[in-house]
Amino acid sequence: MRVFASLSLVSGLLVSSPALAQGTWNAADAYYDAERMDEVRAVVQQSHGGMRHLYLEADRLEYRSGSGEEALLWDTQAWYGGDLNRLWLKSEGEYNLDHSEFEEAEIQALYSRAVTSFFDLQAGIRQDLEPGNTTYAVVGIQGLAPYWLELDAAAFLSEDGDLTGRVEVEYELLITQRLVLQPRAELEWALEDNPSRETGAGLTEGSVGARLRYELKREVAPYVGVSWSGRLGETADLARLRGEDPDSLSLVAGIRLWF
Amino acid sequence: MLNRRHFLSRASALSGLAATSALTPAWARSAAALGTGVLPSLSGTDFDLTVGRTPFSVDGRASSAITVNGTVPAPLLRWREGDEVRLRVHNTLDMATSIHWHGILLPFEMDGVPGVSFPGIAPGETFTYRFPLRQSGTYWYHSHSGLQEQVGHYGPIIIDPAGSDPVGYDREYVMVLGDWTFMDPHRLFAELKKNGHSLNYNQRTLGDFFADAREDGLGAALGDRRMWGAMRMTATDIADVTGETYAYLINGLGPDDNWTGLFRPGERIRLRIINAAAMTIFNVRIPGLPMTVVQSDGLNVQPIETDEFQIGVAETYDVVVTPAEDRAYTFVAESIDRSGMARATLAPRPGMEGEVPALRDRPLLTMADMGMAHGHGNHNSETPEEMAPDSVESSHAGSHAAMDHGGGHRGHAGMDSMGSEAGHAMAGHGAANASPSSSTTVHDHPTGPGVANTATMPVSRLDEPGIGLEEVPHRTLRYSQLRSLAPTADHREPGREIELHLTSNMERYMWSFDGVRFSEVVDPIVFHEGERVRLTMVNDTMMPHPIHLHGMFFDLVLPGSTGGHEARHWPRKHTVIVKPGERLSVDVTADEVGDWAFHCHLLYHMHAGMMQVVSVRPDPGDANPSHHSMHGDHTMTGEDM
Repeated sequence: MRVFASLSLVSGLLVSSPALAQGTWNAADAYYDAERMDEVRAVVQQSHGGMRHLYLEADRLEYRSGSGEEALLWDTQAWYGGDLNRLWLKSEGEYNLDHSEFEEAEIQALYSRAVTSFFDLQAGIRQDLEPGNTTYAVVGIQGLAPYWLELDAAAFLSEDGDLTGRVEVEYELLITQRLVLQPRAELEWALEDNPSRETGAGLTEGSVGARLRYELKREVAPYVGVSWSGRLGETADLARLRGEDPDSLSLVAGIRLWF
Repeated sequence: MLNRRHFLSRASALSGLAATSALTPAWARSAAALGTGVLPSLSGTDFDLTVGRTPFSVDGRASSAITVNGTVPAPLLRWREGDEVRLRVHNTLDMATSIHWHGILLPFEMDGVPGVSFPGIAPGETFTYRFPLRQSGTYWYHSHSGLQEQVGHYGPIIIDPAGSDPVGYDREYVMVLGDWTFMDPHRLFAELKKNGHSLNYNQRTLGDFFADAREDGLGAALGDRRMWGAMRMTATDIADVTGETYAYLINGLGPDDNWTGLFRPGERIRLRIINAAAMTIFNVRIPGLPMTVVQSDGLNVQPIETDEFQIGVAETYDVVVTPAEDRAYTFVAESIDRSGMARATLAPRPGMEGEVPALRDRPLLTMADMGMAHGHGNHNSETPEEMAPDSVESSHAGSHAAMDHGGGHRGHAGMDSMGSEAGHAMAGHGAANASPSSSTTVHDHPTGPGVANTATMPVSRLDEPGIGLEEVPHRTLRYSQLRSLAPTADHREPGREIELHLTSNMERYMWSFDGVRFSEVVDPIVFHEGERVRLTMVNDTMMPHPIHLHGMFFDLVLPGSTGGHEARHWPRKHTVIVKPGERLSVDVTADEVGDWAFHCHLLYHMHAGMMQVVSVRPDPGDANPSHHSMHGDHTMTGEDM
């Protein structure tokens, strides 16, 4: 599958990232084996700022019930890399329990580069598994905007030439040291009509929600919340034409995890 | 559930003080009976030290430590000035190790920093350190490999003076402060990388907001939150690793284990206090007992009486106390963010306990901590001219007048009178709210992803006692009060100045000098042999950093004293706390040829890259550096200290 081809491309980029600096001090070489000093110098420098880490996060892993339908939703991401260069994987989607089918499922593989103090520039591939089976090129930014807004914005160009965009914003309000309210908003946009996806040009979908979590420890936090999502603009009109309700309100319950 | 930890700690309390931990070295064990006051220790000139893994427990909870000769802390090494010591270090670990002799003047190839001064000690290998002792005082030693220091690999050193000791005392105790986590330190570091605030359970909440709005008005509370939010900084970012995971130790014992030192009322007791923690700056006090500071970082200072002092990681202070009453005194070392404390007891008889004070309210950072000095309510509102000599004198007289006109609203971050205007100014990272008299600092180092803040108006903060101590109702120690007892040998004016910025991005948990992590460093900082050089450090970060130079002492430049005679008594330190938003200068006599580590002594900051090498290059005329470097002329005796 194309996703995996692009994955290996991105990881190749990471591995071939420029070699680490090597310090030029060498006074100890006069006392100890110079080759061994060289090796140790490289290891020691690498371990003071050059380490890589693996991060796994399920921001939303939840059961939702609303408008007479039940569903499971996942919104997960992971990265591997150092302070500046990282490989990101993101996946989100929804499984409809009433119809026993995936309504949406996508995965992204991105090369991410820290470009400012608070933002990373990301580029890579998105593969939709449901609906359809579409591949996109992705360019986006992710980071922390002023006032502690966590921002993830990306533009997608599909293999069919459709340009779409998505912005997600989250905020964390500490009610106590462990009780956290997380409001969240998401907005999607398309440049043109796309009949196969039943979307119109302009804003296509939006959602707002708030989740109240309790951090048993920072990494593990069950939550409950409410989420409204709706189709917008022409896309909403298209839904109404089909006799569908363009929006829905759900109650959600889930768990937030990171390691 | 009634947890095992509590059960075990009760059980160990019942089993008696002396049995708290078989792993505590003899000198650090709580006294069971009043002895002669002479500490048990390893002494002489030949030592065998074995580094290994040993089971270790704190307050009854079991864990595993990296130890020297099987104990935490490592054995007390008692040396004598003028001797040459030989230490064979055997590594029984399955990873490389090292020992760095902190604050000791020695040939650089004996300094024990892998990749800088030697290749480290491989598993199964024995390395022999050998060096003459050119100084006396309280020092310590620790691993300089990986994160071993976090898991027990540290111990105290006392070098007795060749001549008579100017400090008189009847009894002495070594108090090694530590922080212990049951987490794997590499996991802990990874957690900080992923979420730098994850261990802070003292953040500002909605409740705090409403409390501030009630007290200062809604506008002020909003303005304050808006300012911090605009910068993406947190006012509670005092310590990265907190009491959430740390148990704070004294001589390897947790607060429940209660290390106890015995005394006879009226005796002069010398406490040699060493901060061997990995990440914890402590505020130290003994309620009801004034402390006379007689030494700092191994070198004697003119005695100064105080009630509380802040001790950075790797600093040492020797204090003399004279408990007159027949009662127990509690020795408190409270972590700077007030999330926990180490506690010990001084008592006339074993088993006694003094009152243990509650943790005080957590402090908040202010505009001064961002290097945005001269805002309303910040404690640097006095002009630099006012700061130095007068307040030094007043503090000698035991008053803390210098602190009082600082505004006194730290608890509310000085935002009372600061509305949205200032918030906007700060959001722009500009110096828009600068008072015209302040000069702004040039930042000619790379910024970018690793640097989230630059101090636009750093100031001297030597006359401040440190975060959280501005408003305590008793005397506090400031660097500006310290005076070297003996005049320094070299009091030349520096020939040049090197400016270095302490830089960070808390959100990415990146720490560096001049925006460059150690992993990226190519060229070391070069000193030329024999030169007198001024190193000026500007702290662009929001945290205090205990900065340590190996091999040579810093002469702390006290503003207001212009050099000359006064400069001869500037305090000499191996580790100096540079406060957030501070600009601090030290003079160094570059008389020790070789490569020396230079770093923040907060272990995870160093691990993240806040490290450099200072390379003292021999005189160009000298073709053979290896002959030159070692047993140079400069010795530190009692006379020239």
